[in-house]
Parts: sequence; C-alpha cells; structure tokens
Amino acid sequence: MTGNIKWRALIAVVVIGLGLFYALPSFLPDDSFVQSFLPNKKVNLGLDLKGGINLTLGVEMEKAFENSLDRMGEELRSEAREKKIFVLRPHSVGHKRLQFILLDPSKSNQLDDLVKRLYNKELRVDKKETLERGKLQYTLSMTPQYITKLKEMTLDQALKVIRNRINQFGVTQPDIRKLQNNRIQVQLPGLQDAQRAIDLIQKTAHLEFQLVDEEADIQRAVKGIIPPGDELAYLYKKRADGSYNKKPIVLKQKVLMTGEHISDASVAFNNYNQPYVAMSFDRRGSKIFERITEDNVHKRLAIVLDDKVYSAPTIQEKISGGRASITGQFTAKEAHDLAIVLRAGSLPAPVKVLQERSVGASLGQQSINQGVLAMIVGGIFVLLFTIVYYRVGGVIVDLLLCFNILLIIAALAGFGATLTLPGIAGIILLIGTAVDASVLIFERIREELRKGMSPAKAVDEGFSRATLTIIDANVTTIMAAIILYQFGTGPIRGFAVTLSIGTVASMFTAIFVSRIFFDLWLQRKRPALSLYL
Amino acid sequence: MGLQIVRPDTHINFMEKRKLGLILSLLIIFIGLVSLIFKGGLHYGIDFAGGINIQVKSSQEVDVKKIKSSLKESGLSEVRVQRFGMDTHNEFLLRIPATKVNPETVRGQVEKALDKSKGSNFKIQRLEMVGPKVGSDLKNKALKALFYAVLLISIYISGRFEQKWGTAAIMAIGLLGGLYVLQLFSVPLSYLILAALLITLGLCWYLRLNYALGAIVALIHDVLVTLVIFSLLNKDIDLTTIAALLTIIGYSLNDTIVIFDRIRENLRSKVSRPLMQIINVSINQTLSRTILTSGTSMLVVLSLYILGGGVIHDFALALLIGIISGTYSSIFVASPLLLGVGPTPEKTKETNEAVNVS
Repeated sequence: MTGNIKWRALIAVVVIGLGLFYALPSFLPDDSFVQSFLPNKKVNLGLDLKGGINLTLGVEMEKAFENSLDRMGEELRSEAREKKIFVLRPHSVGHKRLQFILLDPSKSNQLDDLVKRLYNKELRVDKKETLERGKLQYTLSMTPQYITKLKEMTLDQALKVIRNRINQFGVTQPDIRKLQNNRIQVQLPGLQDAQRAIDLIQKTAHLEFQLVDEEADIQRAVKGIIPPGDELAYLYKKRADGSYNKKPIVLKQKVLMTGEHISDASVAFNNYNQPYVAMSFDRRGSKIFERITEDNVHKRLAIVLDDKVYSAPTIQEKISGGRASITGQFTAKEAHDLAIVLRAGSLPAPVKVLQERSVGASLGQQSINQGVLAMIVGGIFVLLFTIVYYRVGGVIVDLLLCFNILLIIAALAGFGATLTLPGIAGIILLIGTAVDASVLIFERIREELRKGMSPAKAVDEGFSRATLTIIDANVTTIMAAIILYQFGTGPIRGFAVTLSIGTVASMFTAIFVSRIFFDLWLQRKRPALSLYL
Repeated sequence: MGLQIVRPDTHINFMEKRKLGLILSLLIIFIGLVSLIFKGGLHYGIDFAGGINIQVKSSQEVDVKKIKSSLKESGLSEVRVQRFGMDTHNEFLLRIPATKVNPETVRGQVEKALDKSKGSNFKIQRLEMVGPKVGSDLKNKALKALFYAVLLISIYISGRFEQKWGTAAIMAIGLLGGLYVLQLFSVPLSYLILAALLITLGLCWYLRLNYALGAIVALIHDVLVTLVIFSLLNKDIDLTTIAALLTIIGYSLNDTIVIFDRIRENLRSKVSRPLMQIINVSINQTLSRTILTSGTSMLVVLSLYILGGGVIHDFALALLIGIISGTYSSIFVASPLLLGVGPTPEKTKETNEAVNVS
C-alpha cells in the first residue's frame, strides 16, 4: 500500500488541479491577470437564473399544406389553359387534398398526363367523379413522401426566418432549435419585453400588393355580396389612443406582387417626423413593380400585410427604381420591428406559442442569491456537524466536501453544462448526502477499532467493506438522474446533471482521496487513530 | 474518540415496534388516500394541466383581495391569487386556468388590470404558459420517466440485492414480457406503471427475491407518503415534484441498501442467531450512520426550504418529506417485511441454480 501512495496522491492532486483550472474562471473577473492562463469557459447559467424568455413554438403545418396545394392548383390551371384544357376552381380540401373541376371530360387523359408531368412526386389522383353535364371533379392527395418533405422544408424555413428576425432584433446568444412534432424552441437570454419578442416572431409577414376595386359596392360587400374575383379586407388606421379603426375595403383577388422580392427594409421619417417603413426591391421585383404601376396609373394599390390593409395609396405615375413604403401611424418601435420582419422574410406557415416560460433578470438574480445563501448556511451546518462528530476525521470530510463542490463546478464549466435553479438545489442536496460515503467508511473504521483491531487493519477493513455498499447506494441515485435527464425539461436537466456529476465526485473523493489521507496518517509514528476519528 | 450520537452498545428493539410502524404508515397513507378521493385526485400544476402562472412583485404591501378584485374588474375572474415566498417580499402568484383566457393576450390583460389597482407598482417577474398540447406531452414524459425508473430500478435491485444476476435476468424478461403483452392491448401508460410495479412485486415474491421485495415496497411507501402529504397540503404536482420523487427513490434505496447489506453480512457470520435479532443488531449497528446521513441531508434541505426562495420551495418540501420517509421506511417497512418473508436463501455451491429457479 505504501509504495503506490505517491502515485495515488499524484492522481488526486492532478484531478483537483484540473478542477481548479476549470472552476476558477467562473469566479474571477474576465480581465484579471490569472484569467488569461485559464480556459475561457464559465459556468453557463440557465434562463431561470439569468433571466430571459423560453418559447416553444408550434408550426401550423395545415396552413403550409393548404398554401402548397393552392399554389399547385393555380399552377396546374394556368399550365392546362395553355393546352386549351379548362380547369375550374382549384382549391384545397381538408389540408391534404386538392380538388378541381375539368370542364371537358374528353381531355381527361391529357390532364392526367399533365398532372403526372408536373407533380409526379407531389400529387396522386385519388378519384374522378362525374358531375352534371359531364363535368369531372378531380380529387388529388399529397403523397406521403411529399408531406414529409414539405413538413421538413416548412420547419427549416420557419427556423431560418425566426433566426433571422431574432438576430436582426439584436439578442445576445439566442438559442433557436428544432424540436420534435413540428416545434421550435427559442431561448432569448436577458430579454425583458416578452410580448414584443413574441409579436416579432409570430408575425407571418406575408406582404401582398393588390388593386382596390373602386367600382365595387362596399355596403353590399360587407353584407357578404362580393363581386366575383374580389375580396373584402379591412384598412387599419390607428387612433390616437392606440386602438385601431377598421374600415372595409374591396380588393381585387389577384395578387400582383408579394414580399419575396424585398431586398431591404428600414425605418424612415416623413416631414411630420412620423416613422414609416421604406422598402427596396430586388431587380426582378423592381421590374414587376414598374410594370404594375405603369399599367395601373390613377388606381389605388393596397399594401396588405398578413391580411390587414396598411395603406392604399393612389398610383400617381409609373414608379421605377424599385422603392415603396408602408405608412400607417406606427410608433418607432413598431416600424423598427416591421422593417425587421420584412427584411427577414415571411414565415411559410403561422406559428403558435405552445409554451412560454419567462423570468425577469431581477428574479433570476434573487434566485441565485437565495440559492447561494441556502447553500452557505446548509454547508456551514454540515461542516460544523461533521467536525464536532469526527474531529480530525471531520476536517477530512469537510475537505472532501469542498473538493466535491469544486469538481461539480469544474465539470459544469468544462463540459459546457447549464446550471439552473434546481441544479443549485442539487448541489445543496449533495452537500448533505455526499457526506454519506465518508460516514459509512468512518463508522466502519470506528466499529473495527472498537473490536480491538489495529488502526491499519481497521482502515483497511473499513474501506474495503464500505466501498461496495457506497457504489451500490450511489448507482441508484445516478440511475434516477439519468432518467431525469432523458425525460426532463431544461431546469430539471440541470438538476440531473449536477446530481450525477456530484455523486460521481463524492464517490471519488470518499473512496480514493480520503484513503490517501488515512494512509498518510498511518505512515506516521504511532498513529492513534481512535483519538481523531 | 469523537462525539457519538449512538453509543456502541445501544440496542433498541426496532422489530418489536414494527406493528406501531405499520399502523403509522397505513394511517398516513389511508388519511391521504381518503383526502385524495374527496379532492378528486391529485392536483396537477400547469406543467401537466396546462395554464398560466404569473408571478408579480409589488412595490408596496397590497392585500390579496384587492388584487383579486382588480383582476375581476378586467374580466379575469377565475384567477387564483396567493402570496409567494416571504410575506415581506410582496410577491404574488396568479394562477389562471388554460381554458379561460387567450394565452396570447393574457400578459397585457394582467398588466392592465394591475395598473388599475392604484397606489402600488406591479412588475411581472415570471410568466409560465403551458398550452394543453405541451401539458399532455409533459405529462406523458413524466409518466415515461416514472415507468423507466420502475423498470430499471426493479431489475437493478433484484440483481443487486440478491447478488444473483441470473435471476435478475429472468425477472427482467418476465417484467418486459408482461409489459409487452399489456402494450399490445394499448393500456394507458399510467396503468402500465402500476402493472410494472405489480409484476415486479409478484416476480420478487415468486422468485423469492425477498430483499428486493422489501426495498421496492419501501420505495413505493416513500413515494406514496410524499404524494399524499402533498395532496393534504394542497400542493400542485408538477415536473419538479416528479424530479423530487425520482431523487427520493434514489435516496430511499440508498438507505435500504446500507441496512440490508449489514443484515446479509451478519447472516453470514458463524454465530447463528434468530433473524429478528440479526435484523435488530444490523439496524443498531448502522444507526449512527443513518442518523448522521439523514441528519446532514435534512439540514441542507431544510436550509433550502427556508432560505431558497419561493420558486424552489415545493421541491425542497418534497425532498424533506422523502428523506424523512426514506429513512423511516428502511427501518420500519423494508426490515419488517424481510423479517416476515425471511431473507433470500444464500446461494451455496451445492444448491446453486436449483434454489433460484424453483
């Protein structure tokens, strides 16, 4: 035993040195001299301690399916028209099916070929039903492969757009990731205004330019009698008190241009110092916009964002150069956020907030303070308790306890794990339970001493008999922690992490490090162990 | 020699008092179950039931009733308002059922309502909104965690306590087979957990894994006691409660393992004594360890409970109950059970497999 004690001591010193190396940066100020020699990793605090917003968003796939079906239906109709096949009313049914009517049933084979050529991978003809006067009603459904692909694409696109918006909003270290079941998790540390962040993320930002139908009778349209090819919308004007004034307006259904051609958007101020959003289009967008304005001089062009009409100015002349603006009594904040969403692009489908957990920074700091206080008070009690009970042995226990905490913090920092409030609770719990391993060993040594065994023999016996029990007893805790990690959410995972790291550390210190102390003691002349344990 | 809580010659006859322990345990669980029935089951927190919790802090002392009335004026009538943390902190927790409000506007609604209650300045410190979909997902996850905990721990302790991994494998196969059959009938997860427990207990009984039987009954006892006391105190069951329960399971087993290991060791000694005496001696021999460990554990959890703040309060409470119950159950539940069924026959060279498979 005595021969390898140097080696064991060396291992212990190296481990504790590594512990210090990784744990210290979390306590030192960033610019201290020592810090420049240490790893640049601090313990990562969870949102419940740092303050911030944690959102779980659900992407409404049905809407993405509908959009895709409507788009394919439109495309199919215009392709068919070029071949003199007339297709009526393409529309989506129940999110997963596309229906339309073929006027001339003799062209059925030709249409089938066209569908096959255009959408062989995407659509499958389910059934054809004969209607009155020989018209054929087609029902098509999306193929499972296309559904999977569309889901994936929609989720990726939504993720990209949300990430873009958050980045432009200027949050430090946001964490945005895909979850299962078409969900996206957004973590925004340090952000205070949760409502604003949610509004920014949730805005679909689907921008459309449509002409106003001046001839339509608005009164009749409100009652539901809308001229064919038109739709009813509302023009939103903001009142002085912040509420909105809704004014009905009839638009031509045809969308002349969408927001996909926007290359930039920014906040600008008019002569009255009122903010508005100035947009510029890409080259293709500029051309389309020029043609629209040229063809529709003296008509009103409505700017529709997420089905709300923001303004409907009259086109005075052809506009070239690819610039347009959205006005509408914004506050500077609103204009700023609108510019962001226009720049970042529109969401492929609406997103819904399924879960929100936000914590103010002051509460986070309060939690840290309270947790640390509880840790210090509990820790001091345990230290005193063990010293009174075991005297010198108690000092060893307390030293081991300090090593434990050091190793937990080092492991958290080194592995980049996150410390949460339940994680702090886990450390506190460990201060109480980690003593157990030493207690088991010490009690056993005491017992053997009482039986009249020599100190060396008693230490040997104590360690060997208690070790198996310690390992077994701790394996159950680690098993519980692993299960918690698997199934827990953020804060609980933090608890599982500190619990398992701490349990492993406590086994190491109690079985390995503590033995070194005892062996060193036994090497001295006449070790009177019973006096000190 | 250092201080001694328990004198080495202490000999408390714990097993003589086992009936008292049985009555106490049954009484607590019985009272709890009766109250559970009257309350219509466990009260789930927003993690599982869905809903909105808003923690607000006021700059001055305000009356709970006043907050309630100003919320009511703004159309938020079904809000439960309670004080949170220390009285001097002027913190309140508003609990809003998921179905009653639109989660997307509730923040503004609450802010507006609190602004109207004159004289004090409110600040939202924490907002947690869990939609019904996420709530049922989280519930499913928690059930799964409990399910796998039961599975893993049953298999581990049947192997570990008995030192017979062959039997543990039979046990595992039996358990997984039974659950597989049940799954074919698409039994809901909560019943599956119950079934896993019953199958485990049945298999332990049948395979004479008596140490394991004692340990599992003890940990079921601890989980039940914690849940029952939570329900008596009108506490919500949420994710952190589940985390506490799993931790309690670990602690309870830890405690039982220490005593059972000592019993096994004493059984192996050459002097043959009646089982009751051996169990008593073993508990007494480990008593100072039991008191020390549970003492330090309780100290820290108590300090967490008192000083750790409102957010962690219930978690600390669950741990506190669990540690007390876990320490108690090792002595008064697991050990008496072992006395009743007798220790698992130790395997000797001659009767190696013959005994196990019988």
